[in-house]
Amino acid sequence: MQRPVRTAAWSAGLLALLVGVVVGSATLGSVRIEAMTVAKAALNVVVVPSSVTVETATVPIVGVGVPIPGLEYASVFSFQVQETHQIIVQDIRLPRIALAATVGFSLAAAGTVMQGFFRNPLADPSIIGVSSGAAAGAVAAIAFPALVPFASLHLSAFVGALLTAFLVYAIATEGGRTPVATLLLAGVAVQAFLGAMISFMLVHSGDDLREAVIWTMGHLANSNWGDIRFALPVIVVGVGILFAYARDLNVLLLGEEDAHHLGVDVERTKLLLLAVASLVTAAGVAVAGVIGFVGLVVPHMMRLVVGPDHRILLPTSALAGASFLVVTDTIARAGRLPLPFGPELDTPVVPVGIITAAVGAPFFLYLLSRREVHSI
Amino acid sequence: MIGSNDGREERTQVSSPEPAAITVEDCSLSFGELSVLEDVSLSVEPGEFVGFVGPNGAGKTTLLRLLSGALEPDAGTVTVDGVDVHAVDSKTSSQLVSVVPQDTTLSFSFPVRDVVEMGRHPHRSRFSGPTPADREIVADALERTRTAELAERPIDEVSGGQRQRVVLARAIAQATPAMLLDEPTASLDINHQLETLELVRELVDEGRTVCAAIHDLDLAARYCDRLVMLADGSVFRNGPPADVLTGGALEDVFDASATVTRNPVTGTETVTALPGRTRDELDAVGDGTAGVHVLGTGSTAASVVARLEATAASLELSVGPVTTGDTAAETARDLDVDCLEVPPLESLSPAELQTFERRVRDADVTVVTEDVVESTGAGIGRLLETVDTQASAVVVVTRPDDGSSRGQGDEEPSTTRDHGQGGGLEASPETVLEAVDAALESGEGVETTTSYARFRAVGDDSASSEDESRTGLQAESSSD
Repeated sequence: MQRPVRTAAWSAGLLALLVGVVVGSATLGSVRIEAMTVAKAALNVVVVPSSVTVETATVPIVGVGVPIPGLEYASVFSFQVQETHQIIVQDIRLPRIALAATVGFSLAAAGTVMQGFFRNPLADPSIIGVSSGAAAGAVAAIAFPALVPFASLHLSAFVGALLTAFLVYAIATEGGRTPVATLLLAGVAVQAFLGAMISFMLVHSGDDLREAVIWTMGHLANSNWGDIRFALPVIVVGVGILFAYARDLNVLLLGEEDAHHLGVDVERTKLLLLAVASLVTAAGVAVAGVIGFVGLVVPHMMRLVVGPDHRILLPTSALAGASFLVVTDTIARAGRLPLPFGPELDTPVVPVGIITAAVGAPFFLYLLSRREVHSI
Repeated sequence: MIGSNDGREERTQVSSPEPAAITVEDCSLSFGELSVLEDVSLSVEPGEFVGFVGPNGAGKTTLLRLLSGALEPDAGTVTVDGVDVHAVDSKTSSQLVSVVPQDTTLSFSFPVRDVVEMGRHPHRSRFSGPTPADREIVADALERTRTAELAERPIDEVSGGQRQRVVLARAIAQATPAMLLDEPTASLDINHQLETLELVRELVDEGRTVCAAIHDLDLAARYCDRLVMLADGSVFRNGPPADVLTGGALEDVFDASATVTRNPVTGTETVTALPGRTRDELDAVGDGTAGVHVLGTGSTAASVVARLEATAASLELSVGPVTTGDTAAETARDLDVDCLEVPPLESLSPAELQTFERRVRDADVTVVTEDVVESTGAGIGRLLETVDTQASAVVVVTRPDDGSSRGQGDEEPSTTRDHGQGGGLEASPETVLEAVDAALESGEGVETTTSYARFRAVGDDSASSEDESRTGLQAESSSD
């Protein structure tokens, strides 16, 4: 099968899976809601731009009126759904599920890129310290709000993540070249240092300890549509850029010198891939905390299935990551899970990071035992 | 050498652009303190196949990386088709120069076709898929490197030789006017080495400029239009293979003795390296001006002449009489050794006999091959008699035995027990130099008393002497 067709087929299949998983997930929780009801309620949320409004704002000092275009949205569907169910789905479950999908999408995409970039099967989205930076920013914002210049926890985490990535890149760059091995080691060192800072802040965080610890475990509780509005645009644009560079990433797998000979501007491409992948990771981590293993395991799984070509691996990994995090977050939040044949299972409600690692690590070990994870 | 324009008219390929000239001007490069290239200047004509030869560490690979733009020189410029490859972006330079590196890290499972398709990367825009022309070029490159049947196999599951051909296919698909190859034959079987170089030659003839670092001097001489011999980061010699590959140059650059002869099959230079004795060490032989005459024919005599010439070029060497067309005569001609050639099937004229006598008398040592001693030919007796009466010292060289004499190069030549003080020494072709040396030391001024009847006896007794050498070998190997 031709590669573009394969890519489209796989992506469509995984997208369908994601929709199914989202709907399935939304039925579960303290109140069981029928899948049909969920679907109707979800469709009721869908809006499209209906008209363009133009407001005139007056530019200060100059005093000239400038027209600013705005969009008005209108609901597309209006199915009859019981109001409590509509509220549960629309305001409680869907934001969380959509955020899980968004964050899983970003982490798996960034993990794929980082593994290819570093040509290292152990690479994950936070390999250059993005997650540590985000955690440091978030913990500082929780425990010592007075010291942090940002009002928003998300912004503090986001800025912490990007500052760390930039710092690691700057440390590893010498004379216009950024050797990948140096980058890796600088990332490890900076992560260790930030780990110490985070521990220090946690020790002195007093009453905020619980909130800070839960944040560092990765959680999607109390999500709202605002979180998605914060993260989604960055992630969609970022993954789009990464996808545009998929072929360069393939060529980079041959080694930097070969890539140079094949027309890849190596240092520029590396900087771009690193910056965008870090941005995408930072956007995900900022709203969801440090969720491990998604960005490590999902790309490996998809590489086994679709092969190493990033033109197909990147979109499929991202979509699979979205489904993976929706599923694991459902386990983390539902409290009670239906089993295929038998009674329902009571599960503790925990931060999702615990579930991703608890599910992801054994699966990864299984792959390792079958010696299938050996190449990138 | 094949003309570089052969066949260009017949075969116009989609993937063949006009060949480009490459110039290197005063390039120097150092890694930290270590100077790797010093003031290298070089120009390669469009459509030329230039081989970089030289010992390990001479800078062959570095020079190629400099040409490709992967390394930036500390000083100097490199242009390909008039474009300074270090001043343009990698997309532009990769449309001019393609590279076949010595080893590519291909430890991931891309299908072979995809790896070859990466050669089209510099020609494609970010958002377009492969065009039909791209596909055709890739298919053509697979076909020409005989990797088409591997196209769907993952690259990490093909053999090293196949992988090398895949990388060559990638460079072909890149369709650049200049191509650089780093040891393209290093990991290949002999048949694939030739196949690869034949293909490269074909690419050159179609209209590409090729520079290749080639370890194998014979192959370099056979396929390249011109060789550039590098030593210690500088161009040591630069010219047609015959001018570059000479015994002297090889000794200076490789620090090893070697003879360069013309291969009768390919008609190109063939280099035979001999175990590491350098000229300096061997200047001791006869104060560098000793004369040696070789009496013998065939491969044994040829081997003796080549070895003496290669390892101790300061010797006044002569050989003869040998029949025109004999291996020894050919070798002597290749090595520019004074040779008394006689027409075949004729007995020696008095003048020729006189010349022979004079040579033997003038020589400090006369080397006689075993074949001659054992021969019963009518004229041979005269010759041996002359040696007996006129030679200052005599060394008898035994035939190289089937295998058993190999690797005995380090053995001391044995003084044949029967010959007493007379300086008659027996040696194998490998040890002839030491024997000559010993003869020069012990035999100077001493009249030889060799009786060839005894040699003949030794020859008849060859079975027992073979046993001896075997025993010696066994003792050696058991002491390891």
